[in-house]
This record gives sequence, structure tokens and C-alpha cells, in this order.
Amino acid sequence: MSRDDCGKCERLLQGYLDRELTAQEVAEAEEHLDGCDYCRRRYRFEVSLRQYVQTTAVERMPAGLMDRLSQLRSAGA
Amino acid sequence: MGEPDTAEPDGARRVASEARDRVRFEEEALALADQVYRVARRFVSTREEAEDLVQDTYARAFRSWQSYTPGTNLRAWLLRILTNLNVDRGRRIQRRPDETPLEENDYYLANKMVASGGEQVLDQDRVVERLSQDSIVNALADIPHDFRDVVVLVDIGEFSYADAAQILDIPMGTVMSRLHRGRRLLKAQLADEAVQ
Repeated sequence: MSRDDCGKCERLLQGYLDRELTAQEVAEAEEHLDGCDYCRRRYRFEVSLRQYVQTTAVERMPAGLMDRLSQLRSAGA
Repeated sequence: MGEPDTAEPDGARRVASEARDRVRFEEEALALADQVYRVARRFVSTREEAEDLVQDTYARAFRSWQSYTPGTNLRAWLLRILTNLNVDRGRRIQRRPDETPLEENDYYLANKMVASGGEQVLDQDRVVERLSQDSIVNALADIPHDFRDVVVLVDIGEFSYADAAQILDIPMGTVMSRLHRGRRLLKAQLADEAVQ
């Protein structure tokens, strides 16, 4: 694996994480991840961090807000 | 004299059809309220502000429902209204006034992360386990809002880059670069917390 590949993977990693790559780019990213321990660890960390953000920084809507929103309806319930 | 006879039922049908469309719109919008709130909550500092912001968003959405194009992404449409209201009212979580300018601060944190915690963070999933819910929330709040807005939309709102670009009215390339830097800043903040 060359430094060039890692630079390329750096660019692909974000899109891969966010499922924003084309099929060809996905194949490139996966091929690189298969062979590069450093990028694979990095990717795993990014996935776990993102999952952590999603589970900890998400707050459900407070009770009562839905009622107030429904009252804003002009067409009536 | 047949004209009024045929025109009136047409008009009545149109009114009834519009009323149905409106009810449907309002129901679909309300079904998304919890998801809209999740994003709003991370855009502002307090729960009260988030509730106000969501209420104002729905009030405006219900008023201007006809400008929504059926079949397009309603959640993104609602978030566009919310983002505009939030910017208009200057309610976004502001960075502390004594902070260094954006670029300098960003590079400082990024460099610090690379110099000290970077490799360590990459190698240790344990870092994530050591973080509390507060630390993620605080770290998000500490990121300059241009970056945070994109991170919140993509990571918490689970919007695509294209939707985030539309909501924030910025090019998609800007979404990608802000997301990259925003996440880097988040990691730097979290690395700081994890080693404390």
C-alpha cells in the first residue's frame, strides 16, 4: 500500500461512511480497506463515533409539543 | 344559463380537493415532528428554544403549505424553514466571544489532535466508551456553527449531502468540506475530554 492510496482513501472514507459514493468508488474504497490496516481501524473508529453521536445526542420531542403543533393546524384535526 | 351550474360544482370540488391536500400535508408534516425536533435541539442551546423553533417552523409551514411540492422531501423542506428562522433570529448557539478566529481555532485544534491524541483516538474504541452523553453534546455545541449545522444535519438528521446542501443553501462541495472539518473538530474536542 502506498501513501497515495491512503490519501485517496482519506477522500473516499467520508463518502463511504455516509453512503454517498458511486458503485465504482465503493469498490475502490472496499478494496483499499481490505488491504490497509490503518484505514480499516480508522473507518471502524469513525463508524463507532458516529453511532455514539447518534445514540447520545438525540433527544426525543418533549411531551406536549405535539399537541401544541397540532393546534397550529388550520385545516382542523 | 348552464355555466354557473357546471362552474359551481367544479369550484366546490376544487375547494374540497384543496382541503384534502391541506389535511394530508399537515398530517405528513406532523408525523415528522420528532425528527425535526432532534435536529432543532442540537441547533440551539436549550430545550425551550428548540420547542419554540419547532413551533415557529410548523406555524410557517402550515401557512405556506402550498409552496411545498408534493413528492419532494418534506423533512428537508421543513428543515429549510427551520434553518432560515434560526438564522434570522440569531438564536444559533454562538461561539464564545473570546474564542480565536475560525480558521486559527480550527487549525489549532486539528493540529493538536494530530500531534497528540490523533493516533491514539484512531486506535482506541475505548475513547468512545469513556465519553459521557454530556461530552458529546458539549463538544457539538463548541464547534463553530457553520460546521456544526452540517454535522447535525448529516449525523443526527441523517440527511444526504444533497439535502443538507439544499437546506443550508450552500454547494454540495461545501457540505462535504464542512462535514470533514466539523467531524475533525468534534473528534478533537472529544479527545480532549477523554484524556481529561
